[in-house]
Amino acid sequence: MLTIRKGGLQTTVQDLGRSGFQKYGVVAAGAMDPFAFRIANLLVGNEENAAAIEIQLIGPEIQFEEDTLIAICGGNLSPQLDGETADSWRPVAVAKGQTLTFGKPTAGSRCYLAVAGGIDVPLVMNSRSTYLRAAIGGYQGRALTQGDRLAVGGENGRNESSDQKTAWSVPAPVYSAEPVIRVTAGRQFDLFAADSRKCFFSEPFSLSPHSDRMGCRLNGSQLALSEKQELVSEAVAFGSIQVPADGNPIILMADRQTTGGYPKIAEVITADLPLVSQLKPGDSIRFKKVSVEEAQRQLRLQERRISCLKRAIRLKWEALK
Amino acid sequence: MAYSFSPLGDQAIIIELGNAINEDTHNQIKAITSVLEANPPHWMTEFIPAFTTITIFYNPLLLLYNEAETDLAALLEKASEMKPPLSRTVEIPVCYGGSYGPDLEFVAQHNGLSAEEVIRIHLEETYTVHMIGFAPGFPYLGGMSEKIAAPRRETPRMQIPARSVGIAGNQTGVYPISTPGGWQLIGRTPLPLFTPNKKNPGLLRTGDKIIFRQISEDVFQTMEADINADDT
Repeated sequence: MLTIRKGGLQTTVQDLGRSGFQKYGVVAAGAMDPFAFRIANLLVGNEENAAAIEIQLIGPEIQFEEDTLIAICGGNLSPQLDGETADSWRPVAVAKGQTLTFGKPTAGSRCYLAVAGGIDVPLVMNSRSTYLRAAIGGYQGRALTQGDRLAVGGENGRNESSDQKTAWSVPAPVYSAEPVIRVTAGRQFDLFAADSRKCFFSEPFSLSPHSDRMGCRLNGSQLALSEKQELVSEAVAFGSIQVPADGNPIILMADRQTTGGYPKIAEVITADLPLVSQLKPGDSIRFKKVSVEEAQRQLRLQERRISCLKRAIRLKWEALK
Repeated sequence: MAYSFSPLGDQAIIIELGNAINEDTHNQIKAITSVLEANPPHWMTEFIPAFTTITIFYNPLLLLYNEAETDLAALLEKASEMKPPLSRTVEIPVCYGGSYGPDLEFVAQHNGLSAEEVIRIHLEETYTVHMIGFAPGFPYLGGMSEKIAAPRRETPRMQIPARSVGIAGNQTGVYPISTPGGWQLIGRTPLPLFTPNKKNPGLLRTGDKIIFRQISEDVFQTMEADINADDT
């Protein structure tokens, strides 16, 4: 059992998202940074898709009511256990009564807290992810707040209480405040004016503070179609970059709507989505064009890296037996 | 069947069947949907039908983009030989006006009609569900008469009650969940359009036909109470 002492900015229960219900207009939701999310679960012996806690910029205060094993992966939000720095990207044994707090974000903007056994909330439409707008899934369909108590269990997590046994870690990705993000051409790329198409790749954009789990809103050069026109709404994807009439692009993220009618200038490649998820307001972002073939090659490389980590983590646990 | 493929990022492919909203295109999308439902390719994760497109999401660890094109071309061949599948017709009971439809008078005045005429025209048509989107279970309906078209509210309401029936421009629709919105509200249905715990959480699917039926406030309240009792 975990008790939430303070909710933080927006702390939610997530898994890898709700698949198969978008045709009913149900948003996918799920972890914004699926890479960090999956590694956090693997470190504590959970299935990759076990429910974990997503923490954003201003972290919560969480008290553990039993001995357990946790892992914190993603951006560095200066986590502390009972006032002592807690390491990220490794399994950490916590004792009953200990309290986890967070401080200043020093890199990235989001992290995941995985607990051995997974967060035990009901499955709604095959997923434990919180879908805030429709108030379903996760913990009572909402962000966590003071006094909430979360059950742990259901999944087969590790149960290690000795901190020596967990003093190893996996390499952390670098979350830049000025990343170059690879994109493929959007469906309506050719409808944009020549100078907009050029600016999109040559100029930096900055992340607006109005960004949320639905979309990363960008400020910078205003982009326009060469001819004003109304489009027929069609599906959008995690990473679609749509440009509304005001000319400021929005990267659609985990809580995106299923369909949209704004022109899409580009699509962030799946392998680079975690870097976008970790941007903070004011961070600067540039885009680089790649082919769909290259995007899929990068994704396969990333998956191979996760498979290697998975194997390494399993061997580590077996050696410690 | 004339179509074109294009990528939507590295995990989806869009099949475009036309560039205008019409019944022909809609029937083709329905045929493809039924083929996908009957024989889902093992690499498909999900699909989203829309007005003139259907988007297939796939697992790029199982197949690459050009392989998806090849597989889907064979599947579209099958769909083009099909007769358009029959549509379900769903009847939606609506209590018009009063506190359930606070903008009915505005829609009437805007079109130089009486409230009763607006209701009659709204009831006359059979509507087609072209797409589900915007919110869980929200149907984009085609087929509303221009005679009752009305602009959106200048200031959107902060909260539209769930199951409200509204008009915006040439469209009519039903709000499945409570959300902010600018549509002119003409009535409300007691029928839940979206039930998260059901296997098929949405009452409506792309391709359905819809007819509205007028009910009184008393009937509305009885039906609503029955539905709530079933839920518990």
